[in-house]
Amino acid sequence: MFDKILIANRGEIACRIIETAQKMGIRCVALYSDADKNARHVAMADEAFHIGPSPAKDSYLRMDKILAAAKASGAQAIHPGYGFMSENVEFAQACQDQGVVFIGPPVGAIDAMGSKSAAKVIMADAGVPLVPGYHGDNQDPAFLKQQSSDIGYPQLLKAAYGGGGKGMRVVWNLDEFDTALKATKREAMAGFGNDKMLIERYLTKPRHVEIQVFADSHGNCIYLSERDCSIQRRHQKVIEEAPAPNMPAALKVAMGEAAVAAAKAIDYEGAGTVEFLYDEDGSFYFMEMNTRLQVEHPVTEMITGQDLVAWQLKVANGEVLPLTQEQVTVNGHSLEVRIYAEDPDNEFLPATGQLDYLRQPQPSRHVRVDTGVRQDDEVSSFYDPMIAKLIVWDETRELAIARMLRALDDYRISGLKTNLGFLTNLVAAQPFKDAELDTGFIEKHHDLLFSPANDTCHRALALASLAILLKRQKQAVATTSQTNDPFSPWAGTDGWRLNEQSSHQLALVDLQDVTHHIDVKQSGGCYHFNFDGVALIVNGQLNDDQLSATINGHKINLLLDQDSQNITLFIKQDIHRFAIQGHDSHSFESDETESKLTAPMNGTIVTVECRNGQEVKAGDPLMIMEAMKMEYTITAPYDGTVTEIFYQSGDMVKDGELLVELTAQES
Amino acid sequence: MTIISSKINTRSQEFSAKSEAMQALVTELNKNLATLKQGGGEVSQQRHLSRGKMLARDRINALLDNGSPFLELSQFAAWQCYDDFVPCAGVIVGIGRVSGIECMIVANDATVKGGTYYPLTVKKHLRAQDIAERCHLPCIYLVDSGGAFLPRQDEVFPDRDHFGRIFFNQANMSAKGIPQIASVMGLCTAGGAYMPAMADESIIVKEQGTIFLAGPPLVKAATGEVVSAEDLGGADVHCKVSGVADHYAQNDQHALQIIRSSISRLNHVKKPNISVLPTVEPLFDAKEIYGIVGTDLKKPFDVKEVIARVVDGSDFDEFKQYYGSTLVCGFARIHGYPVGIVANNGILFSESAQKGTHFIELCCKRKIPLVFLQNITGFMVGQKYEAEGIAKHGAKMVTAVSCAKVPKFTVLIGGSYGAGNYGMCGRAYDPTMMWMWPNARISVMGGEQAAGVLAQVRQDGLARKGQSMSVEEEVAFKAPIIEQYEKQGNPYYASARLWDDGIIDPAQTRQVLGLAISAALNAPIEDTQFGIFRM
Repeated sequence: MFDKILIANRGEIACRIIETAQKMGIRCVALYSDADKNARHVAMADEAFHIGPSPAKDSYLRMDKILAAAKASGAQAIHPGYGFMSENVEFAQACQDQGVVFIGPPVGAIDAMGSKSAAKVIMADAGVPLVPGYHGDNQDPAFLKQQSSDIGYPQLLKAAYGGGGKGMRVVWNLDEFDTALKATKREAMAGFGNDKMLIERYLTKPRHVEIQVFADSHGNCIYLSERDCSIQRRHQKVIEEAPAPNMPAALKVAMGEAAVAAAKAIDYEGAGTVEFLYDEDGSFYFMEMNTRLQVEHPVTEMITGQDLVAWQLKVANGEVLPLTQEQVTVNGHSLEVRIYAEDPDNEFLPATGQLDYLRQPQPSRHVRVDTGVRQDDEVSSFYDPMIAKLIVWDETRELAIARMLRALDDYRISGLKTNLGFLTNLVAAQPFKDAELDTGFIEKHHDLLFSPANDTCHRALALASLAILLKRQKQAVATTSQTNDPFSPWAGTDGWRLNEQSSHQLALVDLQDVTHHIDVKQSGGCYHFNFDGVALIVNGQLNDDQLSATINGHKINLLLDQDSQNITLFIKQDIHRFAIQGHDSHSFESDETESKLTAPMNGTIVTVECRNGQEVKAGDPLMIMEAMKMEYTITAPYDGTVTEIFYQSGDMVKDGELLVELTAQES
Repeated sequence: MTIISSKINTRSQEFSAKSEAMQALVTELNKNLATLKQGGGEVSQQRHLSRGKMLARDRINALLDNGSPFLELSQFAAWQCYDDFVPCAGVIVGIGRVSGIECMIVANDATVKGGTYYPLTVKKHLRAQDIAERCHLPCIYLVDSGGAFLPRQDEVFPDRDHFGRIFFNQANMSAKGIPQIASVMGLCTAGGAYMPAMADESIIVKEQGTIFLAGPPLVKAATGEVVSAEDLGGADVHCKVSGVADHYAQNDQHALQIIRSSISRLNHVKKPNISVLPTVEPLFDAKEIYGIVGTDLKKPFDVKEVIARVVDGSDFDEFKQYYGSTLVCGFARIHGYPVGIVANNGILFSESAQKGTHFIELCCKRKIPLVFLQNITGFMVGQKYEAEGIAKHGAKMVTAVSCAKVPKFTVLIGGSYGAGNYGMCGRAYDPTMMWMWPNARISVMGGEQAAGVLAQVRQDGLARKGQSMSVEEEVAFKAPIIEQYEKQGNPYYASARLWDDGIIDPAQTRQVLGLAISAALNAPIEDTQFGIFRM
């Protein structure tokens, strides 16, 4: 076995590889860009090399620097992970040239699968079923149009060298073809520098099922079950699971054997994935082969009990596959979700920022978290914004889903937007539970998965109101119990009214200074809210700072912090803070101007903009303070002279403290 | 400790039919209240709000402790009494907790005829003061009223229980140490000006409240002086110059905050001299009362089934269970407070009247509040009963009820007719508070009986002339009488005229009683001296 390997990657996959390698007694060399100098994978590695500035093209994609690091460190092999250099023929070739083992398939195999249309020709020759289509070199528009009409509709027109959902178009009938061809070619040329087109039948309700294959240099090739990766958004996988639900065993075998045939056709070695489209009617078609370890490999590991990275290392070391096809067993069900820094409600726009707070579910034999980040790390715009992969395993799919929901619920991330809420909606969606999978799942169930933006806010308002009302109740009971009339019905806080339902009127002010007037109807222990026609029925219990609540039958536990003026809720990943308007929240200072020289909330003085004795005009800035990540400028409420400054920059101030003494000008 | 075991079958057809009928009445009640809550109507409310003023009910909500119950009184005052729609008689009245103290709140609704005092507005205001005086409840007046309704000055100004009595009560309550706080949140003209002036402490809202004996138009007419309302009697004048008001409020919200703080400084300590225990909910659902009682007064029901749904733990220790059983007497607790319950389970006989008298004496001696559940057609009539002296036995009960000085609470849960009303602590017997269920009826006798009596008198008269009414003529003669009794015995008719303190949802009876008893316990329970019982 190797003594030392270099991992030409970053993030979770680098960590994942290091973990196995170190377990096998192999020392690991990490690489890092400027942005990653404090990254987790660097901390885990035995040694690390800086390979350049943050952009990937200047660091993780720099073949020369990677090979130089390998040479300098004495690493015998390079593991490329996924992405970056993992399917780069030149890189694999360069490794070979430099005498470093490339942990991956042979150059020829990568090359064979590099062009999608070429791959299909090879597959057709090997007897692997293909989606009806045209993958040839004749790109004459008239000829293509003839092919189009032969293949049938709907069909997919796509760039032979494309990927990532770009350079492809669905053609619904012959009339659309010419226009679609022109547009797709244009896109392909712009995006990939090559406008070669291929045409395929488009399946309307296809599932994405892929086979994990493994081959060694001794001619052995097996498959390790399948994965269903149908839950995708814009051709990016969101949830992966293994085994594929609702798929007949015979079909699984057929698909597995087709995958092995595909691998054998290109003299494959190492870990690979053959992706198929699996249609409702039970037919399946070869899509493409990924000549690397996939992001979603953990679900296969969970159900087979194998460590695929270890297998990769062994195969790269020239060893025989650890198992024969007959020895492969499948146990239970595993799910993986990809936790991303992104905004699902805003077209999945990638989010960047610091992970101010990060709490992960406790790893166990059921729960696995593959991540490359720690609390306080930065998710930068330089790389893929994946935060972690959350993987669960259990006896059945149903149990695994329950595990996943619990694990998602345990996740706490603050500092940036994440897709945790979206993932929860996905996994909890009934059609998902019913395994009604297809690659259009997310579009199809859009309304179920994307709650209106107000929804979270409404829930937060309802929960805040609940907490306030429950606290009132406790306080009233506590206060009354110390009087001569300890059980008085007048101590009730349910807002009882004669001949009508009990109700409460609350006013909560959010951080944007918007006042929410909330009318809550109470019957028994239940509180009824109505936000723009959306009804929420809530009840719960408050124990100090813990609120256990049920919203429309959904139970949640959360932490909160409240006093008579403010309430802060920590609902999963989100933090909601409201000021409570009530009896004592109004300040009726007779001289209103005076109060404006006080700190509006707890915070830190950033700068002092005035000096002692300075004459200022109304509206002039006196101090700038920072609180809740916002800057507030304290301005002079009237013309006058600064007579005393009580704080300097950097000082912490409390809400209501006088900051500056300003003597008004005699008028 | 005796738990009432309910024999009600909630799945029977009779139960559901009765329940539906009562539910319909309660739904109507809720709906009528919703109408009343609109005050002077959308336009009027918007105009009020546009001046930066709060609506009367919102003022009360903001004044009360968070989530505190509000026992509103006389909601249906003036209901269909005048040609004008005068919801709640233009004043919202009720008991609520302010800074931990039960207070009587009287809030003018300026959206209703400018908050002016109709005759029933006066009656409602005085009734609120009456209850406050009896229960020693600090009074909070949220004044926003143009004073007496001038077109009806003869019905609001001159008599003993007219407008002037408001100030008489203020002075005398103040003398008894019952605090009087007034906040001027709008007009306070003429007689109204005395409301803050007579108060122990008064607040006035800047640019909203005005206090003057005569408004600018009258001043101009009288002396020719031209002056703005604000300069004549605004907050600046009264807080800085005249001293008529004590506290200067920036706005309504501020005024309410000042009241809360004033109440918290009263040094008021409630000392109920009574045994209290933690509250235990009844074992049965209060809503089952609907199906037990129904709306047909001719269908009898067991009042103990009602008691089981009102008292703590449905625990009721009956007194003289097997004697005079048409009157149910017994001890229980409501919201932890001990009560003596007197309830009808049929017509009153001599035995039941004597039993009731005995029981009332017990409660007065022990200082236990009394709760009367009225469903009574009257005392038994006939030669046998007259001969055994039912009149004197009935008189004993009326004497006991009249003289009892413990807090008394009456709920009309069915019929309230004739002397039965007297013995069971009707309005004339000064219950601390009194309510009607929507199915109840009140009149000197039932409509049919009255029509029968009057028809008989007429037949007798005709007979003297040798004439008679045919069956058809008799039916036609009786119909308007029956109709009149039905109309006048209706709870809305009664409540509109302040014959009670409100119509209540039967399912809320327990809560209403609990709040009322608790409020009444702010005053010490006096010793009772009974008059001569005719033996």
